[in-house]
Amino acid sequence: MSYVAGKELRIVGFLCNWCSYGGADTAGVGRFKQPTDLRIIRVPCSGRVNPLFVIKALLNGADGVLVSGCHPRDCHYSDGNFYARRRLEMLKRLLPFLGIDDRRFHYTWVSASEGARWKNVVTDFTKAIHELGPFHQKEEKTE
Amino acid sequence: MTVEKLKEAVRKILPEVDVVIGYRQGFDPLHATPFFMTKPEQVDQLIWNPLCVQNLCSYLPFLKGKVGVIVKGCDSRAIVQYMQEKLIARENVKVIGVPCLRVISVKKVLAAINQQSVQEVTFEGENILVKTPEGQKTIPLADVAPRKCATCQLATPLQYDLLAGDAIQSNKPQDTFEETKEFEKLPLKERRAYWEKEFDRCIRCYACRNACPMCICQDKCIAESRDPHWTSQRANVTEKSMFHMIHGLHLAGRCISCEECERVCPMDIPVAKIKKKISMDLKELFNYEAGMNPDDTPPLYTFKIEEATIKEHEL
Repeated sequence: MSYVAGKELRIVGFLCNWCSYGGADTAGVGRFKQPTDLRIIRVPCSGRVNPLFVIKALLNGADGVLVSGCHPRDCHYSDGNFYARRRLEMLKRLLPFLGIDDRRFHYTWVSASEGARWKNVVTDFTKAIHELGPFHQKEEKTE
Repeated sequence: MTVEKLKEAVRKILPEVDVVIGYRQGFDPLHATPFFMTKPEQVDQLIWNPLCVQNLCSYLPFLKGKVGVIVKGCDSRAIVQYMQEKLIARENVKVIGVPCLRVISVKKVLAAINQQSVQEVTFEGENILVKTPEGQKTIPLADVAPRKCATCQLATPLQYDLLAGDAIQSNKPQDTFEETKEFEKLPLKERRAYWEKEFDRCIRCYACRNACPMCICQDKCIAESRDPHWTSQRANVTEKSMFHMIHGLHLAGRCISCEECERVCPMDIPVAKIKKKISMDLKELFNYEAGMNPDDTPPLYTFKIEEATIKEHEL
């Protein structure tokens, strides 16, 4: 995963197709200024996000992981995000036990119309990750 | 409880089933090994003492036909969890329950006798007497019991068709997850360094997975699959950590805290520690313990529309 060394960090975002991905699109259409550290992976539903996706990303070079889905009760598949909420909460509590700062992982809910909210989520999360610094200490090759 | 009572129970059950799983003496006096009895004359070799540590329920999902099995209190949670997940048909399993207050940890005994070869093992009251070339050593059982026995609440199994001996109550304190909470007080950096050091020793023998009673898809384990390729064969700490995360997270809400994973680890990695942390969170968030009631729904298989215990996280 390439990035601008010294300026950018690697943040992976798992976005549900129906709400948050649309929200990110709305933010783009609205021409909101956003940091460029986030790389978006579109998933059908936040319920598709296996907590192992997050761990795998963090162990393999990501500095932060963001999961975003539809607001509770608004899931396109009616209950996917309810399951996701329980799983991701368990993960959020497990990460510090493994010595990974739980601020490196955030899950939230953004609807397709909330372009401004999406911009704030991305900006604040990127800012938080930059305050924490890179997760992997080793000097990595940049392209 | 004497071994005679257990033999009597096995003899009674044997005609009704294809095989009864119990314990017999292993390769040295300090090891017991699982024992599959199909003929009445084999029952004489059956043993019962604190060396009988293995969780024999682990075989049940893989066996066809009618099976009898000797089950301790801690192992009985596996039966309950199998029933909950419909991995066994309860009517095909004859459970011979044995009351048990504690077993021993072979690793702890070996450490106490400086890894000497063992010539003879006897049990006297609450002590284990180990004879080695250096002489005889008496060790109190409580000192060499595995961690799980210190807070065991199930002296009598939850499920049994036949109880060899009398039902007894546990006299142990409840598990308060003291060790887990103590570990969480360490600085974040130390915790990360701790796990990197521990996981770095892992030789990926998968013994923890193979011994785990709840790892029922081990023939299709994603830790060894090329598609999806969750882990590579690279021998670095990232891949090793990833394997342990797969193991830990696949057991969230299912782990019955038998700590077989830790017992079988040839590298002494505290793998049960992660599962214990997950169990603690499940207890805190959903007031749930796996393997206690066959009619429970695991907390991660269900949800509430309003979660009282889960707060939204602010950035």
